[in-house]
Amino acid sequence: MITPGRQITEEACQDCLVGFGNEKLRQDFPALRQKVRGKPLIYLDNAATSQKPQAVIDTIVRYYLSENSNVHRGVHFLSDLATQAYEGARIRVRQFLNATHDREIIFTRGTTESINLVAHSFGRSQLRAGDEILISAMEHHSNIVPWQIVCEEKGARLRVIPINDAGELILEEYERLVSDRTKLVSVVYVSNALGTINPVRQIIALAHRRGIPVLLDGAQAAPHLRVDVQELDCDFYAFSGHKLFGPTGIGILYGKTDLLEAMPPYQGGGDMISAVTFEKTIYNSLPYKFEAGTPHIAGAIGLGAAIDYVQRIGLDRIAAYENDLLAYGTELLSALPGLRIIGAAREKAGVLSFVLEGIHAHDIGTILDHEGIAIRAGHHCAMPVMKRFGVPATARASLAFYNTREELDALAKGLHKVIEVFA
Amino acid sequence: MSDLSDLYQEVILDHYKRPRNFRRLEEANRKAEGHNPLCGDEITVYLQLDGDVIKDVSFEGAGCAISKASASMMTATLKGKTKAEAKLLFDKFHKMVTGDRDSRSDPIGLGKLEVFCGVSEFPVRVKCASLAWHTLNAALEGKAEPVSTE
Repeated sequence: MITPGRQITEEACQDCLVGFGNEKLRQDFPALRQKVRGKPLIYLDNAATSQKPQAVIDTIVRYYLSENSNVHRGVHFLSDLATQAYEGARIRVRQFLNATHDREIIFTRGTTESINLVAHSFGRSQLRAGDEILISAMEHHSNIVPWQIVCEEKGARLRVIPINDAGELILEEYERLVSDRTKLVSVVYVSNALGTINPVRQIIALAHRRGIPVLLDGAQAAPHLRVDVQELDCDFYAFSGHKLFGPTGIGILYGKTDLLEAMPPYQGGGDMISAVTFEKTIYNSLPYKFEAGTPHIAGAIGLGAAIDYVQRIGLDRIAAYENDLLAYGTELLSALPGLRIIGAAREKAGVLSFVLEGIHAHDIGTILDHEGIAIRAGHHCAMPVMKRFGVPATARASLAFYNTREELDALAKGLHKVIEVFA
Repeated sequence: MSDLSDLYQEVILDHYKRPRNFRRLEEANRKAEGHNPLCGDEITVYLQLDGDVIKDVSFEGAGCAISKASASMMTATLKGKTKAEAKLLFDKFHKMVTGDRDSRSDPIGLGKLEVFCGVSEFPVRVKCASLAWHTLNAALEGKAEPVSTE
């Protein structure tokens, strides 16, 4: 894997820059061609959601135009077509994650629902009073609140691995927190607020020595890092389609077969059963046990198309290009007077979170918006992270492979304007 | 197209950088907290009521230029006003920043607060401008729960 945050060599760059950031790849994204507020759109809010390539849009349109039908139900032609496309998407996801079995891939609404599924199903069936769930201080609210809900119900305790001033997990503290009471470790792979890439291999290895399963929140990792769940040996992996250039409303929960088999259903309804009487219901096998009701068929197929698109480019090449872009942006922004970058992890991906002295992030966001530059201003659904760094909010520019150095130049220019307004 | 300078007017920037009545009010007999979860703005409004009259008013907190300047100018305007007058001002102010046509063509009685007229062109910033006022309203009504703009 490429070490993020490191300036890559000129030779390597020549290769990885081919096709990136320039018009050829950007042409695949119709939304990037528009003007907003009379200026060409500079979209730097990719950690919130990514733009969609034409291939994904076409796939969804084609589905509704000529393949639309319910899955796993009909004997007719269209139902078979839709089922094949839907199950085909599951295979694409399985290959993308290099999971062993298709049955380990569960379609959900997104990362949030994936984590809630594990919290409610695994958590409710496994947790006893006094047990502990371990998360980190840089979690998104979606990897905090589901655990608080189930911990409160079960009398279990939520414990938090602290982070240092650079925004890195303190592994010694993690080691101290892991105990026989720990029933699950649930940590983010790449932080949405800081960009930190966590040392998940070490985290997993340590937990596994005590037989503790590990869930990885891969929402931000999915569009930046190649993931192999067998190599990582994580027990659960969650991510969203929409951050990976796919549609909203579709996400994935990967889980190891033995864990998923032992877990009770999360929701009841159609498709998740094999036989129902008023006395007893026999649940369907994996993955359908966890897919109650008509799924987001178009979303799943769209996600399959997004994975195809990303894999044609190659996530290793994407990571290399983005590392270069991140290093460039970090240097550019650091040179601005009064600007402080929040999150200086050695291993970092795609996020430039920052504050300007005396200027609130919300004002930065409004002024940049007038320059056609879209960034996020706020707490990024990670209020404990803001508290840790003593700021009410940060401004965040988050990168995708279609962003360019020129766009970061425009960001720096826009920030100069912000400073001028408040001078 | 809306112009940035309509939003970030000199007066607003001045009140942001040098907020008036930006302190805890020891003599306060009413207090309310407000927050805007979207951007992390937090404010506490202190009121010293003498019967129906606002004898003194102050605020504390952290926020963007619009929310802080709005709080500052609100406190400067309210001293000496009655509860009823304050509520009337809030109503007019709210109509102005949300772009209510009648009040824009006839913004009587808002005085210096009319500088926030430009906010109506920036819908996502309306909550910033009105946070202090919502919090004031809670303090006037003696509400215990913190005010949220969500």
